[in-house]
Amino acid sequence: MQPLLRMQGINKSFAGVAALTSAELEIAPGEVHAVIGQNGAGKSTLIKILTGVYRKDSGDIEFEGNPLNAQSPREAQDAGIATIYQELSLVPLRSVTENVIMGYEPRNKLGLVDWKAAHTRSREILAGFGITIDVTQPLGSYSTAIQQLTAIARAVSLNARLVIMDEPTSSLDDREVETLFGVVRALKDKGVSVIYISHFLDELFHICDRATIMRDGQTVAVREIAESTKLSLIADMLGRDPEEIAAAGMTDLGGGVRETGELLLEAKDLKTDRNLRDVSVSVHKGEIVGLGGLLGSGRTEAARAIFAMDKLRNGFVRTTARPNGFSDPADAIRSGIGFLTEDRKAEGIVPEMTVRENMTLALLPKLIKNGAIDRERETEIVEKFVKALGIKLASIEQPIRELSGGNQQKVLLARWLALEPDLLILDEPTRGVDVGAKFEIQSIIREYVEKGVGVLLISSEFEELVEGADRIVVLQEGTSVTELQNPGITEESLIGAIAQSHDGATA
Amino acid sequence: MSDFDWKRISKHGDKIALAVLLLINVLITPNFLQLQTLFVNISQVATIAIVAVGMTLVIATAGIDLSVGAVMAVAGALAPLIFLSDFAQANPALGLTLSIVVPILVALACGLFNGLLVAYLGVQPIIATLIFFISGRGIAQVLTNGNLQTFNHPGFSYLGTGKILGLPFQGWLVVVIAIVFWYVVNRTMFGRRILAVGGNENAARLTGTPVRKVKTGVYVISAGLSGIAGLIVVAINSASDAARIGNLMELDAIAAAVVGGTLLSGGRAPIFGAILGAVIIQLVKYTLLANGVADEVALIAKAAIIVLAVYVQQGRKE
Repeated sequence: MQPLLRMQGINKSFAGVAALTSAELEIAPGEVHAVIGQNGAGKSTLIKILTGVYRKDSGDIEFEGNPLNAQSPREAQDAGIATIYQELSLVPLRSVTENVIMGYEPRNKLGLVDWKAAHTRSREILAGFGITIDVTQPLGSYSTAIQQLTAIARAVSLNARLVIMDEPTSSLDDREVETLFGVVRALKDKGVSVIYISHFLDELFHICDRATIMRDGQTVAVREIAESTKLSLIADMLGRDPEEIAAAGMTDLGGGVRETGELLLEAKDLKTDRNLRDVSVSVHKGEIVGLGGLLGSGRTEAARAIFAMDKLRNGFVRTTARPNGFSDPADAIRSGIGFLTEDRKAEGIVPEMTVRENMTLALLPKLIKNGAIDRERETEIVEKFVKALGIKLASIEQPIRELSGGNQQKVLLARWLALEPDLLILDEPTRGVDVGAKFEIQSIIREYVEKGVGVLLISSEFEELVEGADRIVVLQEGTSVTELQNPGITEESLIGAIAQSHDGATA
Repeated sequence: MSDFDWKRISKHGDKIALAVLLLINVLITPNFLQLQTLFVNISQVATIAIVAVGMTLVIATAGIDLSVGAVMAVAGALAPLIFLSDFAQANPALGLTLSIVVPILVALACGLFNGLLVAYLGVQPIIATLIFFISGRGIAQVLTNGNLQTFNHPGFSYLGTGKILGLPFQGWLVVVIAIVFWYVVNRTMFGRRILAVGGNENAARLTGTPVRKVKTGVYVISAGLSGIAGLIVVAINSASDAARIGNLMELDAIAAAVVGGTLLSGGRAPIFGAILGAVIIQLVKYTLLANGVADEVALIAKAAIIVLAVYVQQGRKE
């Protein structure tokens, strides 16, 4: 059968550095096709060339049998290629209907928008994906999942032949993910192809037919998902031997049994206006304490409360140096606490600033000499961490936005490590980074814990929590319900604890 | 390859524009290569440049300061009131000092007001500074009863007509201010924090940046520099007209900052770029006037430059 899309020999370089070297991608009609690879492997560059965001240096693109050379996202969309971005490009304050039919409104005889017909149409379109909601309500009043599905519905209603989904599940909970999968299957039944980009390999096995694996700007393999294992895909991505990886274990946080040191921080009965009801947690020197729970259980909110980002309505946070807690984040930082936030883009990087400036942002007060920043020492510290953490970059004077996600994350981690903190709060430290960087970040954390740093670890990956944490405080609906002690925690026992408390809370 | 060349052009767009302007002037403007022309342009560009430096800092925090012209008017109206007072006539040295210090202090207070509104009450910068934009000039006119104050005061006039090494005093002042604030932006913690606040306010707060103090600080600086500019305008004219001092200055300053490469979305503060931007705007004005083009047309040309600068900026982002 003639492929829907064929990209061949695609080359692209940025300022002389090759990002893609004769990359290839072939999508069959009605296929759900995963594109996977480490950060910096060239996935997003390839997709951006397809969707007209970047121009290719050379190579051929054929779509539905015709050459395609989209000069802008609009042209790609007109050709039938729709992209659903992580950050949605919809208008949250307007109604669902308006968002679905924007630019293609049905008109009545007077040339005005026929709202009755418009609502009916958007209701029909959404119903086609099994979503029945009040389409007259503002889109922003619905969950991220519904918003995302609305974007997809809109794309399909515009006769997209190929829908590109970039990390579509990163902000969805389990039930929403199921709904999304349903939509992907519905697309497939309609003969629409899907390019599915995700860091969650498990998902691929649920909905993808084939996977194109990229490494170092090249297409290294195309696999049938049915004939692959998670391990073989990771091996392809890393260019390593599957058996070698299996022997090494899937995460690198696990260590021996450690003795816990003195109490670093105690938080008790925390309550804030942000869906945090009653959470207690303490961290000792040289200990990793995990916060386990489902999305929305209050893990990030607990971290925000401890870091004095949200006002406490009840309870207290105390350390030896600050028996009354912290007045604001700056105060928490001064008393040796670092907070690696979950949302790298919104709360982590300053995109226009250089790697150097980003890394030393929290350290600045300690770099002041005679009223000015001691540039020599600053550069020295930054170079030390670039080397120690294996951060890949052209220069420390490069804007951080040019780095891959994993390397940005390492810079942000270094931002806190440079402070020589007593306690690090790490919120999803390995989310959205590739497998290689994940290993590295985990072993860096381990190294610092062995030196006596205490860590409060938040992770949606049970594997990471179970293997990494010494203790796991289980949260449910803003309340800490139980605590598990390692060794002895398994993924099953953690899930059990979360599920049990779930029943208890709803009963 | 065409991508690459475009980037280079857009990166140096302001310098290229300046070179082109100079060339055109050399070719068509009568008596352009005269010292007198240089002096006229320096003395006129100085006020725009000084205000543009402050504006650049404000814009770098993703804010904007519409009140600069009004603050100039307040400072410019106050100065003659002070040095023409009986007290100042009796104590000339003290009077002169006060006539410079007090208006600048008042300007700083105006900036503090703007900064507190923006940083602590969360008022949008464009609205917060609109308050002084409207009321500031009114206050200045009330102070002077709407009268034109003319004076003959060589000491004060030095601000606008004095020369050091043969070049106008205010030209040197611009150089000093530019160097000081370049240093602040690039070498001090405050400067780094300005860029962080504009680049990503959340990230700045979470790394311990006192976001409110930084924001307040830039409005105070902007107003202080506006105050200085107001004094210079009065000194140049040996007259103070509260209705005209700094009129439309906010637009010139914003234009200079943008032409100089400041992103309106914040996070960047090219101080020397702003100076260059001010020079370009001044030169365009001068070119048109010197060649007999009406003032109104000059305004349109200024708008065209801003459009061009924003276009080049957009190209630079990709």
